[in-house]
Amino acid sequence: MKKTHFDFWFDIVLYIVLGVILFLIAYPLYFVLIASVSDPIEVTSGRVMFYPVKFNFDSYKKVLEYKQLWIGYRNTLIYTTAYTLLSVAITLMAGYALSRKELIGKNIIMAYMVFTMFFSGGLIPTYLLVRSLGLLGNPIIIIILGSVNVYNIIIARTFIQSTIPDELFEAASMDGCGHARFFFSVVLPLSPALIAVLVLFAAVTQWNSWFNAMIYLTKQELMPLQMVLRDIIVSQATFLREMAMDTLGEDFAREALLAETMKYSVIVVASLPILVLYPFLQKYFVKGMMIGSLKQ
Amino acid sequence: MRYPASLILDLIYTKITGRRMNVGMLQKGTISGYYRKPFYLRILESYQLYLFLLPAVLYLFIFNYIPMAGIIIAFKDFRPSEGIFGSSWVGMQNFIRFFNMPMFKVILRNTLALSIYDLIAGFPLPIILALLLNSCPSLRFKKIVQTVTYAPHFISTVVLVGMINILFAPSYGIVGHLLRSLGLINGPLYVLNDPAWFPHLYVWSGVWASIGWSSIIYLGALTGVDLNLYEAAEIDGANKLQKILHIDLPAILPTIVILFILNAGRIMNVGFEKVFLMQNATNLSTSEVISTYVYKTGIGQGSYSLATAIGLFNSVINFIMLVFVNRIARRLGETSLW
Repeated sequence: MKKTHFDFWFDIVLYIVLGVILFLIAYPLYFVLIASVSDPIEVTSGRVMFYPVKFNFDSYKKVLEYKQLWIGYRNTLIYTTAYTLLSVAITLMAGYALSRKELIGKNIIMAYMVFTMFFSGGLIPTYLLVRSLGLLGNPIIIIILGSVNVYNIIIARTFIQSTIPDELFEAASMDGCGHARFFFSVVLPLSPALIAVLVLFAAVTQWNSWFNAMIYLTKQELMPLQMVLRDIIVSQATFLREMAMDTLGEDFAREALLAETMKYSVIVVASLPILVLYPFLQKYFVKGMMIGSLKQ
Repeated sequence: MRYPASLILDLIYTKITGRRMNVGMLQKGTISGYYRKPFYLRILESYQLYLFLLPAVLYLFIFNYIPMAGIIIAFKDFRPSEGIFGSSWVGMQNFIRFFNMPMFKVILRNTLALSIYDLIAGFPLPIILALLLNSCPSLRFKKIVQTVTYAPHFISTVVLVGMINILFAPSYGIVGHLLRSLGLINGPLYVLNDPAWFPHLYVWSGVWASIGWSSIIYLGALTGVDLNLYEAAEIDGANKLQKILHIDLPAILPTIVILFILNAGRIMNVGFEKVFLMQNATNLSTSEVISTYVYKTGIGQGSYSLATAIGLFNSVINFIMLVFVNRIARRLGETSLW
């Protein structure tokens, strides 16, 4: 069919609008990247716009020397691994059980779970509970809290229900296979996409979280990466310090300015693992959203 | 002998329940005419399933249901030394105290302003993005836009707020440099410490981070559109805009309504983490919201009962909003949550 005049202009407008959106979203990310490898003086004076100026890795060298950041990195790796293992195991087991027709009381259990999606005790009662359990300051709480996500359980249930036919278990049970055996030797090997989605969701959640650490942890050496980041880049005195620096004059500076560009490289270092993996895993993330939306 | 008996059982079962018996039921059925095993036996048979559910059920009981019961301290004068049950009842006193605070009006207004602004700006944009992507002629360009716009979703709140702080920094930030070089402002850019700018920064940085990710669900709904509809529309001489308005939009309308109801039910849930991180001494007059205030009174000052009461007030408003919007949606059309 021939393109009409209107459609031609429509396509042009569409490309322009999408192009603008693309630019607005990509540019800040790109800028952080080029600023992190540019000379601090060039960055702070606004001469870095579209490409790195006086390319160097000075600020990364400074980041490498910053011990607390690597302690945070190590902690986050530990928390993320443990949390992901725990969370995915619980989710898969619960999802499988709820996918079985012969589970008696399924509706009651579902209602029990879904209720918690809409109602919660809120911050303070949860805090008091953790305190009375004696888990304040204990890193275990970082791993446990949030490890059960009802939404993910529903995703797992829906996925297993729609990919593993009932007849499969019936056939297996004829041969004396129980649920546990069936789960480990049939369901798990048949659900790599589901496992990938759950692992990624859990890992990203824990990698990016800081709030529980702020509330429940006290020791500096237990803090996760995001808490360390918060101290470096969200420091509320930033602009006050800047104004103070203006009055002190430009000479004082390179060291202080380097501290400013260090923020860019810290952002890169902390977000890199996820942003590098992301394009390869994109299809799984999107698949996860789709499985989830089946429910709605 | 056995086969016809099962068939009859199946027939009766179908009559009563409206469902066919499954193979398992038929095979377990006996000539004696009792086609189901006793209740306790069936539970026992699938005990492994209950073991599988145990960790999740236990977790929810401890970390969701027990704190829910802990809400009673909103009606008590909770003292840690006396425990939840030992503390004395005070009725609605905590709520009355909250309503009479000078902060009450401020944080209620800030919370509502922020979330309504967020809903109005943040809700339609992903829909528009999804519609545009769906009618983008170039598949490769569509893929690129998708990949890039989804990316900010994976950036942590801390990094997002950190980026706002350095990009909008008064004299060193790139935004300031840009505006100065265009001659739009003179001297430093004061938006980070200007209370009037806080809602804009909050909402639009949120749009930046989530527009792509939120569009996925609409794109998913759009894949369900019957391609014949487009063909028929083309034959009738419809242009692209008409196709979007008369085919795509109606196709995703149910999704839009459901998501709108769910979002309205969260109207008082301003993202605590981001607001908290974006707060500074100078913007508190617009950035103090209910959840940050709960944190400060509860964990900061140890007024547990008062903070719980404020939190409960917040949840109740949310729930009322959810019911209210759902009722409107049901009246207007056939899509609703229940």
